[in-house]
Amino acid sequence: MNAYVGTPTSRVDGRAKVTGAAKYAGEFPADGLLHGFVVEASIPCGRIARLDTSTALQVEGVLDVLTHANRPPLADKDDSWKDEVAPEEGSPFRPLYDDTIKFNGQPIALVVAEDWETAKFAATLVRVEYEQHGFATDLEGERSNAAEKDKPHKPRGDAVAALAGAYVRHEADYVIPTEHHNPMELYATTAVWDSNGKLTIYDKTQGVQNVHKFLCGVFDKKPDDIRVVSPYVGGAFGSGLRPQYQVVLATLGALALKRSIRVVLTRQQMYGLGYRPMTIERVALGAKSDGTLDAVTHEAIAVTSRYEDFARNDTGWAEQLYKSPNSRFAHKLVHLDVSTPCDMRAPGAASGVCALECAMDELAVALKLDPVELRLKCYSDRDQSENLPYTSKQLRECYARGADAFGWSRRNPVPRSMRDGKELVGWGMATGVWEALQMPVAVRIALTSNGHAEVSCAASDIGTGTYTIVAQVAADALGLPIENISVRLADSTLPQAPVEGGSWMAASSAHAVLVAAEEVRKEVLGLAGKIPGSPLAGAELVDTVLTDGSIANASDNSRAVSIADAMRHGGVERIEKEKLNQFGEDKKHARNTHSAVFAEVKVDEELDVIRVTRVVSAVAAGRILNTKTGRSQIMGGVVWGIGMALQEETVMDHRFGRIMNANIAEYHIPVNADVHDIDVIFVDEPDAHINALGIKGLGEIGIVGVPAAIANAVYHATGKRIRRFPITLDKLLD
Amino acid sequence: MNNFQYARANDVADAIRLLAADPGAKLIAGGTNLIDLMKENVERPTRLIDISRLPLRKVEGTADGSLRIGALVPNSDLAYHPLIEQRYPLLASAILAGASAQLRNMASVGGNLMQRTRCAYFYDTATPCNKRHPGSGCSAMDGLNRNHAILGTSAACIATNPSDMSVALAALDALVHIAGPSGERTIALTDFHRVPGDKPHVDTNLGTGEIITAIELPPPGFAQNYSYLKIRDRMSYAFALVSVAAALELDGNAISGARVALGGVAHKPWRSLEAEAALRGQAATPDHFSHAADLLLQGATARSHNGFKVELARRAIVRTLTQAANATPQSQAHKKIA
Repeated sequence: MNAYVGTPTSRVDGRAKVTGAAKYAGEFPADGLLHGFVVEASIPCGRIARLDTSTALQVEGVLDVLTHANRPPLADKDDSWKDEVAPEEGSPFRPLYDDTIKFNGQPIALVVAEDWETAKFAATLVRVEYEQHGFATDLEGERSNAAEKDKPHKPRGDAVAALAGAYVRHEADYVIPTEHHNPMELYATTAVWDSNGKLTIYDKTQGVQNVHKFLCGVFDKKPDDIRVVSPYVGGAFGSGLRPQYQVVLATLGALALKRSIRVVLTRQQMYGLGYRPMTIERVALGAKSDGTLDAVTHEAIAVTSRYEDFARNDTGWAEQLYKSPNSRFAHKLVHLDVSTPCDMRAPGAASGVCALECAMDELAVALKLDPVELRLKCYSDRDQSENLPYTSKQLRECYARGADAFGWSRRNPVPRSMRDGKELVGWGMATGVWEALQMPVAVRIALTSNGHAEVSCAASDIGTGTYTIVAQVAADALGLPIENISVRLADSTLPQAPVEGGSWMAASSAHAVLVAAEEVRKEVLGLAGKIPGSPLAGAELVDTVLTDGSIANASDNSRAVSIADAMRHGGVERIEKEKLNQFGEDKKHARNTHSAVFAEVKVDEELDVIRVTRVVSAVAAGRILNTKTGRSQIMGGVVWGIGMALQEETVMDHRFGRIMNANIAEYHIPVNADVHDIDVIFVDEPDAHINALGIKGLGEIGIVGVPAAIANAVYHATGKRIRRFPITLDKLLD
Repeated sequence: MNNFQYARANDVADAIRLLAADPGAKLIAGGTNLIDLMKENVERPTRLIDISRLPLRKVEGTADGSLRIGALVPNSDLAYHPLIEQRYPLLASAILAGASAQLRNMASVGGNLMQRTRCAYFYDTATPCNKRHPGSGCSAMDGLNRNHAILGTSAACIATNPSDMSVALAALDALVHIAGPSGERTIALTDFHRVPGDKPHVDTNLGTGEIITAIELPPPGFAQNYSYLKIRDRMSYAFALVSVAAALELDGNAISGARVALGGVAHKPWRSLEAEAALRGQAATPDHFSHAADLLLQGATARSHNGFKVELARRAIVRTLTQAANATPQSQAHKKIA
């Protein structure tokens, strides 16, 4: 059964996407569709003293202006507002709930009109007076108010003493700014009434069932009253894990006006959603004279809102990755008058590993060791934090293959020693690490006697290729050509799936397909075995496979019955099986993906313009389901890493508590002219422990380590260590 | 965006008449900047006068050897026009350094001259800005001013002009042809844009009811020794931190004529006749370029975050003059600085 898995199969939804046939949340039509436009708060903290909608309501075509004062009922208990990925601590934001302003850009009214332009115009006529309260939005200014989360990591040994006595010690702050996801697709919801008085919610989300449960709670609806659909998502990167406020506003509008309605956020408004929190990452490393680590401490100080404690694992990576007898870790939060941060590609790791790997580079310089050699000296075959072996860990091979492909052995370690014309050349490297998570997912397979199968699951495809890998695995498991598989995803009425995030969906959905396909095979075998003179009479399920449109003896494919014959003989037109896959609990292994990233930068010696001219990313992530979409996934992560290293920064004016570059002209991400050679290497990593197919997932690992590798290359090129990201040219100029 | 009236001008006289009749009216051609500003409620015109169909789309030579460019010629057409590529490649290069292909296809020459600052406070109606709301104060002065001006600033405004094209036009001594209620007139491009002074809300010296009809490029075109170098936070699709348009006439290695204009540093394209005079008669060497840079940057003042621009501009001037002298102009298609 390995016709498709592991091959560079093209996206099965590619044609629909490039021809425009694929419909996104803001594109579904409905009769008499209304349009809502959001009015946002322009202060960071306080209350609405007066909200005058009278002028807006006079505009022809405006039907209503929904505010906290006139909205339909919303749940009043926090539990109803807590979606499956909400922070444990805190009280989730409730749009249009009351007159409180918690952050700049908060929605305070929804203008509903017959068309979008009218709604947008009328929104400018809504008059708001505020009672402004004192506020703080500056993490560095409020650093002294940082408080540790309730469960600090357990320290190992005595890191303070070990650092004090270290042969070489390095300690520094690394500052990662707030960053926004900026997915290409705008956040949008189209809420459509059907003839039975039920609502279908077309929503941009990474989890339709999460949104479904949330809406049922917030609006006190029965599960049958609402259906949430999100067949295509134009990127989300974590911003769509939690239900966003536009889905609440659209549902409010539909309930208030008893008409179908669409709410699309503008690019600017999307800066009022979640973001990667700014962090100050303080890392201290102590080494012995032989270059082995003796102490590691990592303290992260991160932004969160006043109303929720959002925290991710920034600091645990050093604990796990490198051998060190003494270590101490802490994650602290500073509550500010901003919206709650959220997950953004490799949350925690992208920032924390960036700091750790820059610090490791600085330690290597202090020890006069090659940066790869330092990492090999600290290399651990066991997860240091839990003292567990890995299901598989081919990081050593990543270093070797990556270094070889990059030509690392030709590196002169002296900063400013390599050049190309007017440019200084720098080579840097870093380690990447992420978790290999897997979740319970259910899949339904409907096999028809014509040899076609429909595979369905509530999981989202956020652009990562879920449609394609589900089709690949199903084609192999059912023994059918991939053209005969149709995949339905992201409808809350389909079999159970969690939000798509954390890099867990590839392994999770693939194995759900396997178990459902086995149920199908069982049924087919039952039918085939009943045919008089069947070559499979009495055969055990484990001894059979589905292949070439037949069920066959696994070791002798000539003993086979075609699926069509089996079904016809049994008088069955359609076999439909649904099965929930649960992964067995394995507390004896650590599960991670790893990478070694090598980067070349060229820095104009006079002008300090920085270019990332080469990146080699060698990734160990178990078995790669699809080498084509997998390679794209890693390349995307590398490009994002270039942005994180050199360009991305959400800039806030703390006098106003307002984001001042809330658009993608001024919020910079790499353009084509910034991207040069990217070489992706998938290191062979057989994994017999993690799951049946040996799959780990690729969503996050591509970005981890890239910013540090680039920052380290900038140091190597220029001799200047920039610890405040992004590394813009003004920081190098002197 | 506010509601507005729409009128299509049939000819230039019609446009002037419509414009003069309504002080809240705005001309629209490509709309690449105006529509953005309307979406942000920064511009709230009572009426849009569509001039996109006026017959101002020709690029033609004149009897005295100049080139006359209609105000509605799209930026892309101009950049790739054979006469511009051959005679004024500095202008072609500057245009291609700006915006994106899609924007250049839409944007007109006249509209490019009229584009407004990218100061974040100007764009954000929730913050004070003297340019948007005279007398409300300048938020950039003690705020986020990394991208702001270092030359020709005032106590009221430190905004920059974002145009690349205008920087080359300034260096080329271009003239702006204007028609208005009291007839036609011509002003030098270098006099077209203003320094902010105490009226930062007034970007240009265009009078009430006036419309740009053409740009005129006189000889020489400096087609041998020129370069446009734009330094920005990424290699494309970003506004200049500093840009330099340099044009030289060389006699052997001696400079017989020099023009240098800066972008990204002032409320208008910045030139210094003193710096250019200092270059004339000198050898084309880094020392002389460096001296010219010092003269160009005389009086530069920085705020909290834009001090780097002074040194960056100095180095960029030297580099661009070197590129021009060596006849190795900066390519806008290559992913590196020459």
